[in-house]
Amino acid sequence: MAIKRINKELLDLGRDPPSSCSAGPVQGGGDRANDMFRWQATIMGPSDSPYAGGVFFLSILFPTDYPFKPPKVSFTTKIYHPNINANGSICLDILRDQWSPALTISKVLLSICSMLTDPNPDDPLVPDIAHLYKTDRERYEATAREWTRKYAMQ
Amino acid sequence: MSSDYEFSDNEGDYYDSDEMMDFQNDDQDEDDMEMDDYNDDFKISTGSKRKSYEVDHTSLSQTSVEKSMKDDVDHICGILGVEPAAAALLLRHQGWNKELLIERYMDDPAKVLVDSGAAVQEPARDSTSIRTHSVDKFAAGPSSRRATRSSSKLLSSLTSPTRSSAQKYISSPTASASKSRKDAKSSEEPESFVCPICFDDSLELKQIALDCGHSACSGCWNAYTISKIRDEGEHCIRCMTEGCAIVAPDDFVHNILVSDAAPDSDTTENLVAWTRFQEILVRNFVSSNPKLKFCPYPGCTNTVSCPSAASKSVLTSMVPIVSCGAKGIPGSVKDKNAASSASSSGSSNSFYDKEHVFCFGCPIESDHRPVVCGVARLWLKKCEDDSETANWIKSNTKECSKCQSTIEKNGGCNHMTCKKCKYEFCWVCMGPWTEHGTAWYSCNRYDEKGGVEARDAQSRSRASLERYLHYYNRWANHEQSAKLSVELYAKTEKKMEDMQITSELTWIEVQFMKKAVEEVEKCRMTLKWTYAMAYYLARGNEKDLFEDNQRDLEKAVEDLSELLESPIETENIPMLRQKVTDKTVYVQKRNEIVLEDTATGFQDGRWRWNVSVDGFEEPLEEVRVD
Repeated sequence: MAIKRINKELLDLGRDPPSSCSAGPVQGGGDRANDMFRWQATIMGPSDSPYAGGVFFLSILFPTDYPFKPPKVSFTTKIYHPNINANGSICLDILRDQWSPALTISKVLLSICSMLTDPNPDDPLVPDIAHLYKTDRERYEATAREWTRKYAMQ
Repeated sequence: MSSDYEFSDNEGDYYDSDEMMDFQNDDQDEDDMEMDDYNDDFKISTGSKRKSYEVDHTSLSQTSVEKSMKDDVDHICGILGVEPAAAALLLRHQGWNKELLIERYMDDPAKVLVDSGAAVQEPARDSTSIRTHSVDKFAAGPSSRRATRSSSKLLSSLTSPTRSSAQKYISSPTASASKSRKDAKSSEEPESFVCPICFDDSLELKQIALDCGHSACSGCWNAYTISKIRDEGEHCIRCMTEGCAIVAPDDFVHNILVSDAAPDSDTTENLVAWTRFQEILVRNFVSSNPKLKFCPYPGCTNTVSCPSAASKSVLTSMVPIVSCGAKGIPGSVKDKNAASSASSSGSSNSFYDKEHVFCFGCPIESDHRPVVCGVARLWLKKCEDDSETANWIKSNTKECSKCQSTIEKNGGCNHMTCKKCKYEFCWVCMGPWTEHGTAWYSCNRYDEKGGVEARDAQSRSRASLERYLHYYNRWANHEQSAKLSVELYAKTEKKMEDMQITSELTWIEVQFMKKAVEEVEKCRMTLKWTYAMAYYLARGNEKDLFEDNQRDLEKAVEDLSELLESPIETENIPMLRQKVTDKTVYVQKRNEIVLEDTATGFQDGRWRWNVSVDGFEEPLEEVRVD
């Protein structure tokens, strides 16, 4: 069941790719070569955010009972954001209790994109950044831009 | 056989037996009758008066809890005029608070229905329901948009977007509602149906949807429901479509899992999930009601109702120890039959069938009388933190005489510098180091002022540790002894058999041994907790009296314990029997005195603590102990 659904999602992503995101199985040698449960995704930093110009990589891990359990999505590129911590873990309700089997990877990535533009400082994963975001927006944006330049542009 | 002893039958007294009986299953009743028969020696009819250390409670089986759930649902149906499925969802959403539900419902019925997932949301409100980070901006992808469109088509026949008609739909009789659900289920799409979840498009696919009309195939519904129930223990199974807040009613879940399960689904798994779902519902009901508590023993499905301990504030004046009436741990023998089958076969099992005794007021899963919940928790917390560590600290460390940090010396000279406060001192005399490097070096001399002060501070902290260990060791000792009682049981059983062979006593007549062992164990539990209590009791006459009672009980218990361990010779069996019986009665009396006195003390607010305990007065400064 999971594999059929994942294949279909991959097909849909290829046919109708969302703007500024892409995703697909991890390309690599060895045993992992054809592991459909392990994806890699990229998100282009939204132009109206301090992440503009950056390319962010994410890893996606599908549980075996996908889509009844949410996929595990995390950033592999360092990013300065109130809802994303140093390990790349993302605090997003649809990846936890608000997950619905009708959601797809494409929608999840779009949600993450929109989260980059509009952080949610009231439910922060990194309280320091959230505090800065609320009190000194300019400094937050400067740091986020700096990190983007440093880690997300090659 | 004589019944000379005037004392009440403990068997029943720990819970109020007369009241309990009505709620116990028949097996249990028979079992107790049997016990009464062969316990002639100890049987004196109980006065129905409740002891001050006991609390009124009743035990309810899962079925009777389900019945009271149903009563609540029917009650709400009658008042609000909704169908039972909706009433159940409404009640669950409001935490089974009927008054609150009725009040809210009267204010805004449509909102309450939508919030609890019993009715479809009006389109105008759609966007507000999604709580993700502006996901709604993007989320309406092709597939969900398709689903929404088709759903609105389906729904148009069922509900129109106005508030009044949504209400009308919900309040319509069951028959038509379930019929319309069936319609939604079996409605034939003109084109082939593609399940939006698994993207399967085979023709034999069965479409199922809740009242919202968001269809998915039966296989997906089945897998989703099982995953929600099994992995998340969720009683509120929402529509799979994102942002849709409709909750599956119980009969829908039943259909998915049992009566109309997907053909390729695992029947056993389905049944397990359905059983679990019913348990979860009961659990949800019980946990929402402060007058009810689930029996915490593994595998037990009973619930205890104890209205007198429902509020937290009474926990300072009583210890609500209750029993659900069941015995033993289900596993080898099936749950409720365990007690009866074990005792009727007369096997040794009856010894291990511990009654399900627990505290209604706190999470401690055993009898912690005489001490109240707050103090018992405080003590357990302290033991968790301290006991083993404290022992090690005592033998391996010293404290900095300035900041009292604990220091372990693992090498080097005796010139120590405290890592925390940078205080320099001598490890040997604990005095300041400044006096060591100078002309008046005198660590070798005994009484130096600085050293004495430092040792004073240290001995104070040691004394408090000693004090704690004193209580802890006794506490732990009784706990250990109570655990060893299993062995004692086995030994006693052997003795009982021996006695039957060597003397003329019948099996029934040698039950005095068993009774004695049980009594010893019970008293050890009391004793154990008296040490926790004594540790926190403020010094004074009250504490002295308490400790006197404690000493008397302890002495009696140890005597009886010794008697039970003594070897058996044929000629002295009658004497042993006499002695053990006497002692058992005495021990039982002493135990009652301790429990009675402490319980009355709590009711009168007589006890004072040396630390601050929730709900009690703050301790006086002079009695406070760190």
